[in-house]
Amino acid sequence: MSVFNRFKPRSTAVVARERLQILLSHERVARGQSDLLQLLREEILVAVAKHVIIERDNIHVKMDRGENVSALEINIEIPHSPGMPMAAGF
Amino acid sequence: MAKVIVVTSGKGGVGKTTTTAALGAALAHTGQKVAVVDFDVGLRNLDLVMGAERRVVFDLVNVIQGVAKLSQALIRDKRLETLWLLPASQTRDKDALTENGVASIIREMRGKFDWVICDSPAGIERGATLAMRFADTAVVVTNPEISSVRDSDRIIGLLDSKTEKAEKGQRVEKHILITRFDPQRATRGEMLNIDDVINILSTPLLGIIPESEEVLIASNVGCPVTLNNPTCAPARAYYDAAARLRGEDVPMNIPSDRKGLLNILFGRRAA
Repeated sequence: MSVFNRFKPRSTAVVARERLQILLSHERVARGQSDLLQLLREEILVAVAKHVIIERDNIHVKMDRGENVSALEINIEIPHSPGMPMAAGF
Repeated sequence: MAKVIVVTSGKGGVGKTTTTAALGAALAHTGQKVAVVDFDVGLRNLDLVMGAERRVVFDLVNVIQGVAKLSQALIRDKRLETLWLLPASQTRDKDALTENGVASIIREMRGKFDWVICDSPAGIERGATLAMRFADTAVVVTNPEISSVRDSDRIIGLLDSKTEKAEKGQRVEKHILITRFDPQRATRGEMLNIDDVINILSTPLLGIIPESEEVLIASNVGCPVTLNNPTCAPARAYYDAAARLRGEDVPMNIPSDRKGLLNILFGRRAA
């Protein structure tokens, strides 16, 4: 079995190494200074909260940190309610 | 003046206490005076691994609080007369360790020993930061496994920023000690290999301790693996690592308990 294993395209150790390299390249940058994605997330939420009452449970934040490109996806449920002009048009 | 070493890792269960006991005994074996200090307040275990659990009277916190003198709290090893243990206390009070208290104990020990080895608790809280605070040298214990490597990277960052040396603009000398390494799994591509770990952490290697049943056997009986079975593979690896700490140039290899070509070829079946 070990003979055939050598011909597998990617060993799990290689996967582990690549995952670690990507993760640590982010964590090392984040160390000592605030993390950009984290900062954006907080500031966007503060900006939205100025105009809309948002519940923490209705916010879905997804972060995907890649080697070259990272994505921040923020999904905020804005409830329809009479007191909120922003929501009224929807 | 003693050299102060911290044995640290971030992650728990990677072999800090085993390493502290094994390196302490290996260094004391040459006749140099060695103290091993347990910083894991609340969850002490170095006493147990060293086989001294029934001889603990005073502990690190007692000395810091002035209840006992350092000489009263130190326990002399029954096998090596140049090896001493300073146990941690079992208090649940997180603030029992103070920076000034630890500083004065380390200062006192520097004058009395050749080596002071501080066994850090897991994590990055107070106990861990105080264990590394006054270190000259750090042994970062790492398993060839992603979560352990990540935590080691974090600890290396702390060693470069939160230690007294770092704050003075000096450097703590850092080394990686890879434990629980299985050369066969690494060859099969199932385990991070040594070069991967060293390159990712960009820190020099102190030694490679092979995975071995001898480590558990030694801890079962409360004896550092370097004394319990000095010729077994992990003990030889620890003796080599201790020699490198003393500045000796020892070629890096991975000791093995397997003998002969047939054993290597059929090792997996035999194991």
